[in-house]
Amino acid sequence: MATAAPAPKTNHIGLPIVEYRGGKSTLCAGCGHNAISERIIDAMFEMGVQPERVMKMSGIGCSSKSPAYFMSRSHSFNSVHGRMPSVSTGAILANHTMTTIGVSGDGDTASIGMGQFVHLLRRNLPMIYIIEDNGVYGLTKGQFSATADIGSKLKTGVINDLPAIDTCALAIQLGATFVGRSFSGDKKQLLAMLKAAIAHKGTVMLDVISPCVTFNDHEGSTKSYKFMQENDEPINEVGFVASFEDISVDYDSGQVYEVEMHDGSSLRLRKLQEDYDPTNKAEAVRTLMAAHENNEVLTGVFYIDTSKPTFIDLLNVVDEPLGTLPESLTRPPKSALDALMANLQ
Amino acid sequence: MATGDLALGQEQGALNARSRVINDFSINVATVNGSGSQSANSVLLKSIFGMGVPVSGKNLFPSNIAGLPTWYTIRASKDGYVARKRDTEILVALNPETAQSDFMGLPAGAAAIYEENMNLKQHRSDVVCYPVPFDKITASVCPEAKLRKLVKNMVYVGVVAQLLSLDLAVVEKSVKKQFAKKQKVFDLNFGAVKAGYDFAQEKLVKQDPFVIEKMDQTAGKIIIDGNAAAGMGAVFAGVTVVAWYPITPSTSLIEATTDLLKKFRVTPEGKATFAVVQAEDELAAIGMVLGAGWAGARSMTSTSGPGISLMAEFAGLGYFAEIPGVIFDVQRTGPSTGMPTRTSQADLLSTAFLSHGDTKHVCLLPSSVKECFEFGYEAFNLAERLQTPVFVLTDLDLGMNNWMSDPFEYPDKPLDRGKVLTAEDLKKLGGFARYRDVDGDAIPYRTLPGTDHPKAAYFTRGSGHNDAAGYTEKPDEYQAIMDRLTRKFETARTLVPAPIAVKDSGSKIGFLAYGSTDFALRESMDQIKKEHGQDVDYMRIRAYPFAHEIHDFVAKHERVYVVEQDRDAQLASLLKLDLPADQVTKLRSILHYNGLPIDARSITEEFATKEGL
Repeated sequence: MATAAPAPKTNHIGLPIVEYRGGKSTLCAGCGHNAISERIIDAMFEMGVQPERVMKMSGIGCSSKSPAYFMSRSHSFNSVHGRMPSVSTGAILANHTMTTIGVSGDGDTASIGMGQFVHLLRRNLPMIYIIEDNGVYGLTKGQFSATADIGSKLKTGVINDLPAIDTCALAIQLGATFVGRSFSGDKKQLLAMLKAAIAHKGTVMLDVISPCVTFNDHEGSTKSYKFMQENDEPINEVGFVASFEDISVDYDSGQVYEVEMHDGSSLRLRKLQEDYDPTNKAEAVRTLMAAHENNEVLTGVFYIDTSKPTFIDLLNVVDEPLGTLPESLTRPPKSALDALMANLQ
Repeated sequence: MATGDLALGQEQGALNARSRVINDFSINVATVNGSGSQSANSVLLKSIFGMGVPVSGKNLFPSNIAGLPTWYTIRASKDGYVARKRDTEILVALNPETAQSDFMGLPAGAAAIYEENMNLKQHRSDVVCYPVPFDKITASVCPEAKLRKLVKNMVYVGVVAQLLSLDLAVVEKSVKKQFAKKQKVFDLNFGAVKAGYDFAQEKLVKQDPFVIEKMDQTAGKIIIDGNAAAGMGAVFAGVTVVAWYPITPSTSLIEATTDLLKKFRVTPEGKATFAVVQAEDELAAIGMVLGAGWAGARSMTSTSGPGISLMAEFAGLGYFAEIPGVIFDVQRTGPSTGMPTRTSQADLLSTAFLSHGDTKHVCLLPSSVKECFEFGYEAFNLAERLQTPVFVLTDLDLGMNNWMSDPFEYPDKPLDRGKVLTAEDLKKLGGFARYRDVDGDAIPYRTLPGTDHPKAAYFTRGSGHNDAAGYTEKPDEYQAIMDRLTRKFETARTLVPAPIAVKDSGSKIGFLAYGSTDFALRESMDQIKKEHGQDVDYMRIRAYPFAHEIHDFVAKHERVYVVEQDRDAQLASLLKLDLPADQVTKLRSILHYNGLPIDARSITEEFATKEGL
């Protein structure tokens, strides 16, 4: 007698992981971006986020295609090059009750999109902003981007002689309230960071080094798998306990920096570097700058502030989504127009 | 004894009832930018309005904060003509820098009021001169020296009021309204008006023929500028997301919108039912508008030519991905910075086809403050009904100047939120295809993020997509979408505001125009009739795509003059793309593009030349 197949494992809202999957990836086999999509799926599944409550945003580029490869049950907007921040801002203004995740690339963010990127950070717009960072333009076949390290080498032998923009240092300085860097090959760290990102209220900026296997994974690249395996220096070990999880772990409070997120979950950052305080802006930026001098690629959560008001808080809007407010709330009555007219006579 | 400064001979100067010019002249107030003359100009305009006389005001200002010359013209017209008039009959010269050239530009028989030490009368003898010791009078009513620059303007109001026989009680009412609720400010300003009035009464002898007499042509009318009217339209359309970047001459549209939102759209708990964001640039402003429109909000931005250029890429995305949004373009001269404080209609072609690829946009073309309100409202219905960005093209003349109008009517129809499927709809349907033409009108159905159904989501992209919103590079699938968009534009043709046959008398000659050109053209038609005995027809265009009535109008006439305020005959060009080939040769152009609002005389003269009249 055949036994019934075991029911698939479900998350705390009763959905199996398959409900978080997307379309088949058309990116290159081995592309770091695919691993990041997998971690997003895991994080959303494990956090029990209702897929219909998520907006997936992107600009243009290999990275920006990836929202098609996770969470097909979520609305998605693949917009124009470098301008995902403004589209996201508008979408969030229309419906701030959604969880918004934006996927960008280093070209999309640090070159054409820099103008919008910095203003998104400055507004502390409540969303997760991921840079799938490989240091090159993939779809146009391998030109350097603005996050390519100085001295790094293209396949063609061209050496980059301009300094890299550190998007994390920039994000910390400009007002993002959760800033970290990870590596597409570090499943554990990236998953914990993404789960904490989902719990955070404010701009989460994650720079995820994501090697381009076709154009930037060779000797001389500083964004290759090999380089990252050799030079990845975690500043802390990221642990995350969601609010609905009943896990008590003993830890030495002297060794772990615990941050209570606004939804009641807890971000635990085990100190790997002496006395690193992820709530100290100036220290965070200094540490990142120093790492560049030492040719280290720091990863981990660099900065977190759970108290700063978001852009939505500042706008003081009603709790309901603005986009679907009923006419009775959005159209002033006839008496209002009559009064205006009388005043103009 | 009164000591008027008689520049004219006694015979010419003596006024009698027959030579009086009643309620039909223009006043030009020449000041220095930043001198605070706007309140005074507004008081004078509203005082003439208060006398029941049709009136319009135009601010001709420089792109400058303070120091450069600025002019404000007020036209009183018993016949209700509110367009700019080429000549002005009364000059108030308060700017020493331009006084002489302003004075020399007056037609013979005009009148000039000026600071007495300018001594303008030495330059010509065919203008009535009224030298006034403005500084002395101002000092006597305004002890505080630093306020005198502002108060001086009110003295001119008093002088002009007396010379034109304005009812002082009407002027007082206007001053009161201008400085509502600020008694001390009112006292100071009306004191200045009164001092000017008294001076004129005691010291000047009326020698020019221009007077205002009470009429009943403004009862029940309002005065408002087009930007305020358009903003009001947006607020009564229930706009919820406003994203913008400052640019003259559109900034005041957003300011008016914001003021009204703060007034009417805050809940008893103090929460806003709207969001206004000053974006980092116009690229971001349009991005926010589309993001918000995609997620279900009624969203808008307002800009002018340079901003329109920056919005180009996103405009194409909005068209192709079929996202609603409203973009106001208050046109100014270009290209580039051009003359930012001067008016133009030269964005029409670039806006109609804004972006790359095969793109065309719905453009609404209001020609009065009332239509600024109505189209400002209707644009949101059309954007959501058609799922596309809708542009509302006004211009600086319409947007930033004061116009008389009938009061605006409350839109009684419920808002048209377009074809949006809810979770309940999806439960019944079992799913949907985002870009499929289900109803035969080429308008597909959409869902909003947050719709609680597993089949609600779709993937929005600017890349090639099929009717189920899936990525495609297949020729037939791409072309099918492009063809449906063309059919959707045909649907738009039937939904946009229809043209108005202003005059359809069976003449062989027709006029076509849109926007602020309307005022001057209607006046010109009267001139053509009076001076050349020629009846001409006129159809006013109110939207692109052009309704079929416009084709019929052209077909009916032998020659059709397209009057517009740009160099390259953009409206005519757009019409030529639309008209059957045999109709195209009927079109002729009358063009005006020097930055000043078009005037009737220029149209009449060019028409007469072209017609050989």
